[in-house]
Formats: sequence, C-alpha cells, structure tokens
Amino acid sequence: MRGDKKANNLKGWLYLLPAMLFLGFFMVYPLVDVFVYSFEEGYNSASQTYFGVGLYNYSYVLHDPYFLQALKNTFILVVITVPLSTLLALLISVGLSSISKLKELYQTVYFLPYVTNTLAVGLVFMILFKRTAYTDGLANLVLAWFGRGPVDFIDGPYWAKMFVLCFYTVWVVMPFKVLILTSALASVDQTYYNAAKVDGTSPFRIFRKITLPMISPMIFYLVITGFIGAFKAYSDAVALFGTNLNAAEMNTIVGYVYDMLYGDSGGYPSYASAAAILLFAVVFTITLINLSISKKNVHY
Amino acid sequence: MSARQNELSRISRASRTRRAAVRTVTYILLTLWALMVLFPYYWMILSSVKSYSAYNGEYVPAFFTLSPTLENYREAFSAVPLARYFLNSLLFTIVTTGLMMAVIIPAAFAFARLEFRGRNLVFALFLALMMIPNELVIITNFQTITNAGLRNTYAGLILPSVTSVFYIYLLRENFAQIPDELYSAAKVDGTTDFKYLTRVMMPICRPTIITIVILKVIECWNSYVWPRLVTDDPAYFLVSNGIQEIRENGFGRENIPAMMAAVVVISLPLIALFLCFRKKVMAGVSRGGIKG
Repeated sequence: MRGDKKANNLKGWLYLLPAMLFLGFFMVYPLVDVFVYSFEEGYNSASQTYFGVGLYNYSYVLHDPYFLQALKNTFILVVITVPLSTLLALLISVGLSSISKLKELYQTVYFLPYVTNTLAVGLVFMILFKRTAYTDGLANLVLAWFGRGPVDFIDGPYWAKMFVLCFYTVWVVMPFKVLILTSALASVDQTYYNAAKVDGTSPFRIFRKITLPMISPMIFYLVITGFIGAFKAYSDAVALFGTNLNAAEMNTIVGYVYDMLYGDSGGYPSYASAAAILLFAVVFTITLINLSISKKNVHY
Repeated sequence: MSARQNELSRISRASRTRRAAVRTVTYILLTLWALMVLFPYYWMILSSVKSYSAYNGEYVPAFFTLSPTLENYREAFSAVPLARYFLNSLLFTIVTTGLMMAVIIPAAFAFARLEFRGRNLVFALFLALMMIPNELVIITNFQTITNAGLRNTYAGLILPSVTSVFYIYLLRENFAQIPDELYSAAKVDGTTDFKYLTRVMMPICRPTIITIVILKVIECWNSYVWPRLVTDDPAYFLVSNGIQEIRENGFGRENIPAMMAAVVVISLPLIALFLCFRKKVMAGVSRGGIKG
C-alpha cells in the first residue's frame, strides 16, 4: 500500500512535469529575472555585465519624455475607450436581446472583428483615414460632406491620431463585450420581467431596477478586463501608425517596453523591465480600485 | 407567456404603435453598427479588386468598381513571399496548439484526478501564475531565446508560446465534473490511468477541448508581438509580421490594392473557421476568451 502511494506520487508529478518545465522556463524564472534586471544599473546586453544595484532604471524611465508621452497616450486611450465601448456594447446588447428576427445574423456580424487579425484590419483603417498626394481618403470625403477641411488622421495633428486610435480600439474590443453582455442578458430570469410587466412598470424602470443590477457583475467584469486590455494596448497602434511609434507620438507603455528591448532604440532590457514593472503596478492599482468600487455597487 | 400576453392586452393601441416605433429604431441602430463593422471588410475586398491604375486615379474614392480584377492577388503572392508567411503561420499555429494540448491535458488530468502530495499547493501556485501579464515575462524570454541562439528559428517562435495556465485551469474544471464512480469502475476493470484519460475523460470533455483548440488557433494566427521580437529574417515571418513588412517595405508604399489583396488572404482562414464553428467559437470565447 505504501509503495502504491509512492508510485501515485511519482505518477502525479510525471503528468505535471511538461507543464512545470514550460512554466518554469518561460514564466517563473522570467518573473524573478525581470525584477533583477530592473535593479541592475548600466546592464550591457552584449557583455552581460552591470555596474551596480539601485533604482536608477526606474528614475531614468520616469524622466524619459518618450515614456511620459506613452503614459499620457495610454491614459487618454483608457479613459476614452473603456467607458465608451462598455456603454455602446450595453446599448447594442440590449437592442440585440429585444429582437428575435435576424438576431443570429447580427450576432455573427458583430463578432467578426474578434477573429480578424488586428494588424490586417488596422491597415484598412489606416487607408480609410490616411491622406496622401493621390487622395484625401474616405474619412476626409465624409468630412467634406459636412463642409470640414481635410485632416491627415495618420500623420497629422495629435488629436486626429488619437481619434483614430480610440475609434479603432473601440471597433476591436466591441465583439467581446457585446458577446458577454448578450449572454448575461439572456441569463436574467424571465419571471422578474413578467412580474414587473404585470405591475405595469415602465421599460426604462425595468431596465434600471431589474436588468442593470442583474447583469452588473458582468458589466463590472468587462470594465476590469477593459481597463487591463486598454492599458496593454500596442498592436492596434502599430497597425495604424507603423512600428516607429515614438516618432509618431503615438507610443503606448507596452510599446515603450518593446522599443527599449528591441529594434532601432533597443538593447536596454533594464529600462524595459523597469517600465514593465511600472505598467504592472499601475494596472494592479487600478484593478484594486475597481474591486473596491464594485463591492459597493455590484449586486451578486 | 400567452397568459401574460392576455394581461397585457389592456395596453392601448397607442402604446402598441409606440412599441413598433421602438422596434424600428432598434433595428435601424443595430443595422448601423453592423454596417460599421462590415464596412472595413467591404473596403478591403473592394480595394483588392480595383486595378492599380484605377485605384490611384481616384482622387475621390469610389464605393464600387465595374471592372474587378484578380491581378492584385497574383501580385500579392509574387512580389512578396506571402505564401511563405502563410505557411509559417500555419506551421506555427499547428505545432504550438498541438504541443500545448500535449502539455495541458496531462497537467489538467493530474490536478483533477490523480492524488499526490503537494497537488493542492502546486495548483494554487498555478492559479497565481494566471495573474501574471505576458509583458512582464517577455523581456527575459527574449534574452533567453537570443542567448540560446534561437532567434529566427521555429523553436524560438514556438516554445515560449506553448504554455497557458488558463487553459489548464479551464480543462481541469471540466475534468473534475466527471463523476468519481466512473474512475473507480475503470480501476476495478484494471484500466490504467493513461487509458482512462484518453478513452474516457477526453471523449467526455471533447467540447471543452475543441473550444480550447479554437481559442489557441485564433491566438496563434493573430500573434504579433513575440514573433516580431524574435524574427527579423523574413523567411520566418508570420502573417502579422508579414503584413507589417508589406506595409513598410513591400510593393512600394503606394500599391494599396496589392496590400489589400494580401490582407484579404491573411484574414480569410480565421473567418472561414469562425463561420464553420460559429456556435463553438462564440461559446468558447464567452467562457474563456479575453481580448487585449
């Protein structure tokens, strides 16, 4: 019996072994290492040497104008796209739940961006918004209908570029939010609605007093994942503005990390690590704030 | 439902027309958003079948074309190694997904069914790892792969992309729902654990396994950041990197119709996969997908 137990122990670890090897190599070790990197001052990738240990890397990153630009861009992106996409998704999901004809067709169409390569569609958005010598582009054609002058949304003023980035981000994140909210709405117990109808409650009141509280955990889940996702924005910006995001003034925090690591401005894993840890600290703090707010407002 | 409807019959005619109006407005708004979603796809396809000279001759972009051409698709495959990017992505997706399944199925089985010392502790540690964002570990992984001389190799592309703690968790939860009696009965019959896993548990949990495969395939096909870091040789580019390369260097910057043809080709496989497994994909994503 004891031998049997020992064999079971061994077998359990044997089944786990591949997963543990992969996770150990590519997650646990890097997780420790990134903190080590971030404190090693003057680390040189080629010779793998460093001068000392301290907070210089953090100080460098926090004083780097490119990082501050990336921080500003990321915050603007988060503050605009998270509430906007969540509200829009709520509106669409409520509309979607109230119809029965063509519902599946709409659902299928709305989901398409989720399965499309963001780099690929980003290129289409770039073409729609870009102004070249040959054409003002479609976005400017629409602007012209309203008598507004041509704007280059891709290489032009800051607000125009930020507009396209936010617009594209909302377009990309909508499928997930609509899907989650539609299934949340479908799972609300119908008897609540029927009771309210018998009482002659107005639809708006039903929505506020029944629907919203019932799906509030899911809304909250979307807000949290939305914040996290938007803070980690990167490839959408690359798709629109190309790989040199610093030059385009459109870099994000994650973009800054990768630029420090690799490419023309790369070769500084220490700065990259410090920036990545700062990003993680920001995301962690925001998530904690979200959680404490939800305790007061979400009905489970 | 119909009893309730009778009670609702008191509602006046006026409010019935109001409901019809609300319904009409709902359909209009839903259609508007559907058009918003579909328009980039339409524009992508439209631009890809316009000839180069026609496209560049339009100062005001035309919303349709009367002389579609497939010339751009030939250009896309001949002027840049699009087929190569495509095959790389296919290989990357298949091998990564296959390896991942081979790693996570035994792990999920161990957590759900086998009893051994330290299981709960390790499982708790695994769950804690779910909170670690990829951005935090990618820096060291980049250094590891570079130092190992694995840049511009399939191994360098694939190995760090294999593991996913979340899918182990998802599968473990599903495995754990299978009643213990089945396991005891199999044990009495002398079935080995491995046989029990492959002959009983995996068939029962097939829907979850398919879901995980689909989610991983989507993730692999669209992955951009890691491949960009570890490849700078176009021979190893995946489709995302290929798109970026085409955008920055390929075709000459002005040949937008050819670019759009490439974009169509790259987007098609996943859209086809989605349309075939629509229900599975959507159910899978709502259970376990996170975008961002």
